[in-house]
Amino acid sequence: MSDESFDFDGRPMPFRPGQSVGAALTAAGIRSWRTTRVDGRPRGLFCGIGVCFDCLIVIDGRPNERACLVVAKRGMVVETQEGTGHGALEV
Amino acid sequence: MSDVVVIGAGVVGASCAYYAARAGLSVTVLERDTVGGGTTSRGEGNILVSDKAPGAEMELALVSLRLWRELGEDLGGARFELEEKGGVVVATTTSGLATLHEFSRTQSRRGVDARPVCGEELHDYEPHLARDLPGGVYYPQDMQVQPVLAAASLLAAARSMGARVLTGVEVTGAATGSDGRLTAVHTSQGTEPAGAVVNAAGTWAGAVAELFGCAVPVLPRRGFVLVTEPLPRVVRHKVYSAEYVENVASDQAGLETSAVVEGTQGGTVLIGASRERVAFDPTLSVPVVRRLAAQAVRLFPVLADVRLMRVYRGFRPYCPDHLPVIGADSRVLGLFHACGHEGAGIGLAPATGRILSQLLVGEEPDLDPAPFDPMRFAGVDA
Amino acid sequence: MAPSRSELSYDVVVVGAGPAGLAAATRAMAMGASVALVDAGSAPGGQYWRHPAPNVNGVRPVDVAYLHHHLETYRTLVSRLEPLEEAGTYLREHHVWTVASTDGGFVVHAVDRSGGAERLVEVLGRRLVLAPGAYDRQLPFPGWDLPGVMTAGGAQALLKGHDVSPGRRVVVAGTGPFLLPVAAGLAQAGATVVGVHEAASPSRWLKELRVVGRNLGKLGEGFGYATTLIAKGVPVRTRSTVIAAHGDRALEAVTIARVDGAGNVSPGSEEMVGADTLAVGWGFTPQLELPLALGCRTRPDVDGSPICVVDDMQQSSVPGVYIAGEASGVGGAALAVVEGVIAGAAAAGAPTSDRRLLRQRSTLRAFAGAVQRAHPVPSGWVKRLDDRTVVCRCEEVSYARLRDVVERLAVGDARTAKLVARPGMGWCQGRICGYATACVIADLDGKPRSSTGTAERPVASPITLGALAAQDAESQEAAQDR
Repeated sequence: MSDESFDFDGRPMPFRPGQSVGAALTAAGIRSWRTTRVDGRPRGLFCGIGVCFDCLIVIDGRPNERACLVVAKRGMVVETQEGTGHGALEV
Repeated sequence: MSDVVVIGAGVVGASCAYYAARAGLSVTVLERDTVGGGTTSRGEGNILVSDKAPGAEMELALVSLRLWRELGEDLGGARFELEEKGGVVVATTTSGLATLHEFSRTQSRRGVDARPVCGEELHDYEPHLARDLPGGVYYPQDMQVQPVLAAASLLAAARSMGARVLTGVEVTGAATGSDGRLTAVHTSQGTEPAGAVVNAAGTWAGAVAELFGCAVPVLPRRGFVLVTEPLPRVVRHKVYSAEYVENVASDQAGLETSAVVEGTQGGTVLIGASRERVAFDPTLSVPVVRRLAAQAVRLFPVLADVRLMRVYRGFRPYCPDHLPVIGADSRVLGLFHACGHEGAGIGLAPATGRILSQLLVGEEPDLDPAPFDPMRFAGVDA
Repeated sequence: MAPSRSELSYDVVVVGAGPAGLAAATRAMAMGASVALVDAGSAPGGQYWRHPAPNVNGVRPVDVAYLHHHLETYRTLVSRLEPLEEAGTYLREHHVWTVASTDGGFVVHAVDRSGGAERLVEVLGRRLVLAPGAYDRQLPFPGWDLPGVMTAGGAQALLKGHDVSPGRRVVVAGTGPFLLPVAAGLAQAGATVVGVHEAASPSRWLKELRVVGRNLGKLGEGFGYATTLIAKGVPVRTRSTVIAAHGDRALEAVTIARVDGAGNVSPGSEEMVGADTLAVGWGFTPQLELPLALGCRTRPDVDGSPICVVDDMQQSSVPGVYIAGEASGVGGAALAVVEGVIAGAAAAGAPTSDRRLLRQRSTLRAFAGAVQRAHPVPSGWVKRLDDRTVVCRCEEVSYARLRDVVERLAVGDARTAKLVARPGMGWCQGRICGYATACVIADLDGKPRSSTGTAERPVASPITLGALAAQDAESQEAAQDR
């Protein structure tokens, strides 16, 4: 185990060099990190290669990043995403 | 045999079929592709009075506005996402604002509800609008529908009154009797006897008219609409810049763009509008996409961090005088046209269908259709 | 600081660094062409030779060699990329969002995501090789949107690219030879593979013996996976599939059943099996958005998927545009390498293709056709959808909603269904549900399936409006300077 980690919802999440954010979460036993915008259903990795957009997540404040593609980096701030991920913009 | 064969199942053809069926006529709709699959599916679904200058098109739009509300009550507006959201037109310069206010006064005199809005008030309407805009005009009558759902709903209602809707059937020619009156259309799937024929083929109406030996000068004017990722409601109204009205009425062949931004019930924000005369060239134009994005971000800076997900490309059916073609073609007995609505087909569809059905049964139309007479181009090269 | 508008121009631009793209880029370079290689991945290899991203801190990424085949070919190809690396023309983590024709060539519009934020890049090429690859075809079934249900390719990507097992108790299901390496890899990585459920009957292969005879290497590969599975005690069942997934907030169990040739369940054969992960795939769907943006002509593959029409130089119907790998017919890595070499040579100006390569292409294509014939998508799945089954995952469009628009609005084709009910309108733009929606509508409407209008996607990768706006401002400034 390496000492590399990023912040996931306020707790340190270890990862190994080269792993994606989604892979690191999966390795830690976390299966879902967003809820859908209509029915609030949990979602996580599905296609794992950037095609399906099911694994959307908030990374460093940017919503709708694909957890399966973004390579984990030390100090990243990663958060679960609700719905569109843009709830703050609602008028 | 049908009393009426409608060619085209876009929103205009659907509306013609609906009102003809309601008038008691037997109706067959022939569509070579799919319901609402042409220009109907490529726009925002606007029902606008805000962009209309006083004149024949505005009168048609005002009748349509009333009819869309009726349709909402009769068919269940929620089913096709009818939303009386209103429009906000914004000026980007103070001189532009003066011109816009002057324009809106001429509209008010014709019965359009147009309310000038100063710069600070803009944010009561649209909290995310850029802070440096001098003002605009609020048009509470502007509405929006989901256009393909609207066309499909009109056709479903027509079907319940006995109409037939055949997709994947292309009209290839016409048959006339010894008196020169239309008796049938030939199609890719056989002959369809018809008492009358309505050409509602949208951007392709010129080619359809040719099958009957007539010229109707409908030409394509290409437009792109950007579609964003799904969002909560960030834009309440249809919001567009004042230059849009000029571009709509312009005779320029080159590229013209103006910012048009609005939300949808599906969650996406739609961004238009570009106009180019490039025939039926379907290729995506990256410079146009960039320009539309830039103009949208200029009005709504929060959109900068929002992603583009899809681009619609469509071809508006325009006529040289920017007026639709509605009425009988005196060159072929039994032939009617309902086409050439340019970018306003969704908004103008009900009035078009209603007037046409009134002409078909020999009733006094709700509005004098003389300005839309198909014969107005006779003697002019198409 | 690099300019955000790259005006650099190359003889050949290759899109995709999987087997086909790597082969094309290295062959074009060997012939003396100036080459740029644009790829979305963080390491070369594509899906087949997926490798962990190279590490920035000097620590070697984990070794995933045990999961790979034909690694020698991979290593040779990657070593030949060095000149591109040195010249800075191997563009990693560059997602191509569209391609366009321009005077005397093509522009590849890419988003550089290597730095986190987006940077738009234009790469100009006189000729273009598109090697976009493919992804697993998926079919909806009750519960398939539960976390823990994954594509077979996704499960393998976690292993190959990240050295992570997707779960502890895994069921592998679907159809096609690809299920075997996925299951073998999972077992080797330490997961308990509860079972492999292949829907097809092995007897279908009896009709393909002649083709198999010409491709004995493939047989050896399959044998290797089978040996691994036997050694690990993994049961492999044919004419068997997963018909439902169960769980509250994540997968807890699946229902397995025996199926006939059409994919219909043998009554009474249903069996519930505990699992935290299901890896499922039904063959592959080629990625066609870039060829379609350029107007390349397509034809149906053996299994009906649209694929690009190419000639003996791998040239598409658009002169100067070459297609290699799955986009010109799904056939696996060995075929992709052959096609890539042909395409790379042709794009670099070779007047004709090497006869030996064309013979190899023909043999491998024959095998690919046999795979598609022996592992069809069994149609019975449509009958197992219940009202609440989500067909479109992005827009959460249920089976009941699709039935409603067919019954109430007389919708009879997938495109109209999309326009009125939104399947395929979401983030993935129908990549996952396009095939299924077309099948569901055809089944409900009682007509043959029409797959028109589902593969065209004008924006191949989402980009922010802000990045586009910035590029607009730059191009206006550039115009003023001139």
